[in-house]
Amino acid sequence: MARFTNTRNESGGDNMAVIAPMPAQSRLLMSGNEAVARAVWEAGVKVAAAYPGTPATEMLEVISTYPDLYAEWSVNEKVSLEVAVGAAYAGSRSFCCMKHVGMNVASDALMTLTLTGVAGGLVIAIADDVGLSSSQNEQDSRTWGRFAHLPILEPADSQEAYEMTKLGYELSERFQVPVILRMTTRICHVKALVTVGERQEHVGAGFKKEPARWVMTPSGAARRIPLMFEREAALQAESEVSPLNVIEAGSDRRLGFITSGPAYMHVKEAFPDAPVLKLGFSYPVPVEKCRELAAQCDQVVLVEEVEPLLETELKAQGLALLGKEILPRIGELAPPVLKAAIAKLRGEPVPATTAVAPMQVFPRPPTMCVACPHLGVYYTLSQVKNITIAGDIGCYTLGAGHPWNALDTCISMGASMGVALGLDKGRSESDKDKRILAVIGDSTFLHMGMQGLLDIVYNKGNVTVLLLDNRAVGMTGGQNNPGNGFDIHGEEAPRVDFVKLVEALGVKPERVHKVNPYELPTLFKTIREEVKTEGPSVIVTDQPCVLTQAYHKTKPYLVEEDKCTGCGNCVEVGCPAIHVTRRDKVVKPNGREVDLNFVRIETAACTGCGLCVQPCAPDAIVHADTVVPINILKKH
Amino acid sequence: MSIATTNILVVGIGGQGVMTATEILAEAAIALGHDVKKTEVAGMAQRGGVVSSHLRFGPKVLSPQITPGTAHVLLGFEAAEAMRWRHMLVPDGIALMNTAQLTPPVVDLGLYDYPEDPVGSMKDSGCRVVAFDAMAIAKELGDIRLGNTVMLGAVADHLPFSADILLNCILQRFARKGEKVVEQNRKAFAAGQAAVSASAAAPALA
Repeated sequence: MARFTNTRNESGGDNMAVIAPMPAQSRLLMSGNEAVARAVWEAGVKVAAAYPGTPATEMLEVISTYPDLYAEWSVNEKVSLEVAVGAAYAGSRSFCCMKHVGMNVASDALMTLTLTGVAGGLVIAIADDVGLSSSQNEQDSRTWGRFAHLPILEPADSQEAYEMTKLGYELSERFQVPVILRMTTRICHVKALVTVGERQEHVGAGFKKEPARWVMTPSGAARRIPLMFEREAALQAESEVSPLNVIEAGSDRRLGFITSGPAYMHVKEAFPDAPVLKLGFSYPVPVEKCRELAAQCDQVVLVEEVEPLLETELKAQGLALLGKEILPRIGELAPPVLKAAIAKLRGEPVPATTAVAPMQVFPRPPTMCVACPHLGVYYTLSQVKNITIAGDIGCYTLGAGHPWNALDTCISMGASMGVALGLDKGRSESDKDKRILAVIGDSTFLHMGMQGLLDIVYNKGNVTVLLLDNRAVGMTGGQNNPGNGFDIHGEEAPRVDFVKLVEALGVKPERVHKVNPYELPTLFKTIREEVKTEGPSVIVTDQPCVLTQAYHKTKPYLVEEDKCTGCGNCVEVGCPAIHVTRRDKVVKPNGREVDLNFVRIETAACTGCGLCVQPCAPDAIVHADTVVPINILKKH
Repeated sequence: MSIATTNILVVGIGGQGVMTATEILAEAAIALGHDVKKTEVAGMAQRGGVVSSHLRFGPKVLSPQITPGTAHVLLGFEAAEAMRWRHMLVPDGIALMNTAQLTPPVVDLGLYDYPEDPVGSMKDSGCRVVAFDAMAIAKELGDIRLGNTVMLGAVADHLPFSADILLNCILQRFARKGEKVVEQNRKAFAAGQAAVSASAAAPALA
């Protein structure tokens, strides 16, 4: 029977209290992330560190609920990897996880870590967002195996994620190498049955002084490079005999498949009778095993998601096979995609779909929550003229959407700072009078924004920074961070003072303002004055994310229908609790036609932030004094 | 069972409890000894975006995703969302849909229109449709939060196992909240079942 202990609290909790693990031999319904967490605990890992990022977040969240180990939210992925590296140098087993783009940040450490290797086992789980459900790109993390000469394990479901994590520690210690566990959204967030086992205590040897190994000076590193290649050759031999790389015989030998990760499941479903080489230990590639499969079949197709990495490598080794010539290079694969491609290859008619054409329905993009403090900021920014806004990664990236359209760039964590400075220094005649703003959240600022602000100050940039402190890593579910004063378990922790921090970076005290984002006139006035003044400035907003325990609801509002003039100002705030009930047009005395939008407030959803009250011209929005019947899902 | 793998697609918007409902359905399938896979793309969905939760169960489930034209049952928590995912149904599939309409800001801003007649459009598309107002039923029972149990009651007679197994999984979840909550949910489940049986034909999966 499935149980739900040591799983992520789906409501997005701040506090991940330690709870008793389920006994061995339990068969549990677990996501890939939860399965990895269980395996980390069973493997006797002592230190686990991560920065939240979809789809990887729940791995560390769940790990933190297990006893007998240390878990932390680190300030960024590079620091989290370095924490795990230190523990592994000290002989303990350690774990680090991140979303795919997190490794871009951590890779400075990774690329030299491969030279030092580790003493205690280290597994680094990297979660790729194939299909871009919640990311700014679709990079393929298997590339790090080739780039850093590190082994890659690729699970195809939760049970494999669990088993490969444990095997990863054995491999890591045997070859004294960090092991990359490559996850994807369809591993991380798919729940399937997992049979779990016993925890094995792991006793570390303690840190041993060994400068030739742990201190990477140029001469020291040069001596380690040949050892890295020796290790890679040994790993190659291991991958040839690994039980993770198996040929599954098939009766229909016209076509054989080489595949890895979740793509394996699609292949098995689409072609149950075909021979398949499943690569669970996919780098270094077991070339001889691939030849063995090829010898059994008339033709070989390589099925991998995103980049043609295995394909390129095997073709270079002289194997005749097909891959991305017939399969898509973008997004997720699925059985019908494979069936269609193979039918085309065989010159057969593409199997007819029984599906009707999709119906046309409006898009429903993610948007900000009811009463989100960012609503005040973006409503205000949408009212300020002649500005360019460099944005960043977080809930506030949604400010690029309707109705605000108030974010002009977004590329990577912390980039708003550098990009804003570049926009300032790189301006031309056409934008010489534009005011430059940067918008960044508290956690993103601590992750990678601080250095950028220092750069703005040091290089005398004309940038106004809006630091949206909502005391949580909002987009990933409200995790704690150094900005809110709580650790991963919800225990009190030292809290960063953002005003002092930015002053320490050199922003003049008179140019640092703390503003309540629900007070629109103050916010508007502060932004307008700061963008007009030369030199860097920082405006810190200080109201908590509405999804956290720090947020307190107040009395909800309603619209007095007879007073509403249809001005539509409140709609421009962008709160999802405001709905248009009727549209009309009027012709003004000057002949101009004006759209009217009469509104109602979903009182059951309203938490009384008061943002919409402020731009309401006829004062038609008032407190709901009496208890209003709940009608959150009211039919119009 | 007449088919190897059963595919149930539960759809709605972030915050409606779609994922939890699917998880309870998964528990019921596990209780019967099925292999189970449940998946959704949950990333930014909690910000009021589209949520579609896929549940596949049977003797052995491989790929976790339900692909177009292969869902046996579509359980729609919101009217337009049922339409959005209509094409996932098998030709003789059934859509059980809440008639509640939740308009996103892009509709309120006048950038897009909400469909005129979601239930009619679904029926015109050729699938079997059972529509009911789950929220009105929940409100009548005294608590809007019972809406999810109403939805699960609605699907209960369209599963390849007895409704009691699903009901037991729901009641187990609420057991620690006391007898009153358990009773409320029992009633909500029955009300969902009744709402569907009033207009539905034979079970989707015999």
